[in-house]
Amino acid sequence: MGRIQLKSVTKSFGDVQVIPPLDLTIEDGEFTVFVGPSGCGKSTLLRLIAGLEDITTGHIEIDGKDATDLVPAKRGLAMVFQSYALYPHMSVRKNIAFPLKMAKMDKAEIDRRIEAAASVLNLTDYLDRRPGQLSGGQRQRVAIGRAIVREPAAFLFDEPLSNLDAALRVGMRLEISELHKRLATTMIYVTHDQVEAMTMADKIVVLQAGVIEQVGSPLELYQRPRNTFVAGFIGSPKMNLITGAEAQKHDATTIGIRPEHIEISQTEGVWKGKIGVSEHLGSDTFFHIQTDVSKEPLTVRAAGEMSLGYGAEVYLSPRTEHLHRFDAQGLRLG
Amino acid sequence: MATKASRSAARVMMAPAVVLLLGWMLVPLTMTLYFSFKKYLPMRGDSLENGLDWVGFENYTRFISSSAFWPSVQTTLVMVGGVLAITVILGILLAILLDQPFWGQGVVRILVIAPFFVMPTVSALVWKNMLMDPVNGIFAHLWRFFGADPVSWLSDASLSSIILIVSWQWLPFATLILLTAIQSLDSEQLEAAEMDGAPPLSRFWHIILPHLSRAITIVILIQTIFLLSIFAEIFVTTGGAFGTRTLTYLIFQRVVDSQNIGLGSAGGVYAIILANIVAIFLMRIVGKNLDA
Repeated sequence: MGRIQLKSVTKSFGDVQVIPPLDLTIEDGEFTVFVGPSGCGKSTLLRLIAGLEDITTGHIEIDGKDATDLVPAKRGLAMVFQSYALYPHMSVRKNIAFPLKMAKMDKAEIDRRIEAAASVLNLTDYLDRRPGQLSGGQRQRVAIGRAIVREPAAFLFDEPLSNLDAALRVGMRLEISELHKRLATTMIYVTHDQVEAMTMADKIVVLQAGVIEQVGSPLELYQRPRNTFVAGFIGSPKMNLITGAEAQKHDATTIGIRPEHIEISQTEGVWKGKIGVSEHLGSDTFFHIQTDVSKEPLTVRAAGEMSLGYGAEVYLSPRTEHLHRFDAQGLRLG
Repeated sequence: MATKASRSAARVMMAPAVVLLLGWMLVPLTMTLYFSFKKYLPMRGDSLENGLDWVGFENYTRFISSSAFWPSVQTTLVMVGGVLAITVILGILLAILLDQPFWGQGVVRILVIAPFFVMPTVSALVWKNMLMDPVNGIFAHLWRFFGADPVSWLSDASLSSIILIVSWQWLPFATLILLTAIQSLDSEQLEAAEMDGAPPLSRFWHIILPHLSRAITIVILIQTIFLLSIFAEIFVTTGGAFGTRTLTYLIFQRVVDSQNIGLGSAGGVYAIILANIVAIFLMRIVGKNLDA
């Protein structure tokens, strides 16, 4: 069981308030991702939940019980750190056994849990090695192993994949998602990478400067971003945000259209533009196109391979049903 | 930069330093070995110009069969061991203390290092005359204030007193090395241990202490090298009396007080052997911390 509730939680470092009053509920078994740019307070929020930082005001409840003043060890949460924080002088086995040893569990039970965790995480052959003798991905798995043997109420991940190379990251992303499906335990995952957020989350919490901009499922955020910040942050490549005369036509201050929702044609269309840089990915082609409607070049996706020379004239037509409209405060209209 | 030319250039440039250091070490060593096999009593008219008599191993047997020899070895080991124990244990505690954030941290850290800059002779004099003097010393006043009889430290508890003085001098060194080691500990490791349910004492025992093992090794090795040759503190305080005669001091007495250079040199060779035995033991016990 792991239902976590934050009730008007704030955090200040000296005079600087990094988290203004914040309410959030994380349901049992949910995979929640905190996402936001660097310095948005997402890691601080995670550390508040873990108990590694004291909250300034407000309450944290875990499973309906007030955990505000509980020490980290008593909250029943396990954390995987960005640096993995493995104990370098202990073997993998001892690393994983450490929380159990601290809980004074008996030897047979410790061994049983280590074997179980090691087989889940493919670590059986490495149990007697030191962390220094493992690759980045294996260390990551040891860190996860140390977390799962405790059978915690919830897992906290603090940017766990940021030290891995791109290929390994995709692999570990799948492994963590799979682990979540198998254990069905609450997981809170902090990342600045919106791709990780979109692919793994049941619920995404988008943060900026300590403020929750929007909470919702990945597709909700993609389809109905609440404001221009979320619109620009979720989705890759970024949504095109157009202000000025073109937006006025749609009774909005800003309109947004995703690259995949613009048709590109060499003969006819709504907006006229010139091709700038083209990015060929094989499956898709992304064009950066300079138009009259916006100072910034628009990003447009064309499915498959499409070759248009630099400077070629093209016409663009946004699919109006996918147009997002925002008011002067950047909030969504309609 | 590891081309053939740069390697040979490096060798040429290093040569003067290597030759100088080698000479610096080899000349006194050879002279000690040479004198240790000679009868050399300057007060009785022996001199290098007249030629010295070859006496074989007589100096060696005389030095070792002297009633002062084994007690001096024991004193040396007790002194080195005592100082090491005090500096390492207190050093770890002080380092942990100084690692905590507190007001005036910078100033306190400099003050902690200060005793290391005081010359051994000076610090021994200060301790002897201002702190440990049985009549006017601060300790004597303190004892009298609480109604106790002042202790005459340097005669009644002479060896412990010298261990105390030397520990005071070397504590800053140990603290400094251990402090930098503690500061290099990844704070996430401590947080992970905290999340894993380790109380503060367990965190110290399972995380901080293993992390410090290499620094502790370095402190022990370096201090041992210097502590085996403690001299000024003994010379200034007890003059080798009251069971404070270490091997180093015994050699000094043989050469300077008894004016027997041959006998002293033989003692010097024993000191080299003792230092090597201690070094081998240390390397065996703690040296394995240095690899990996």
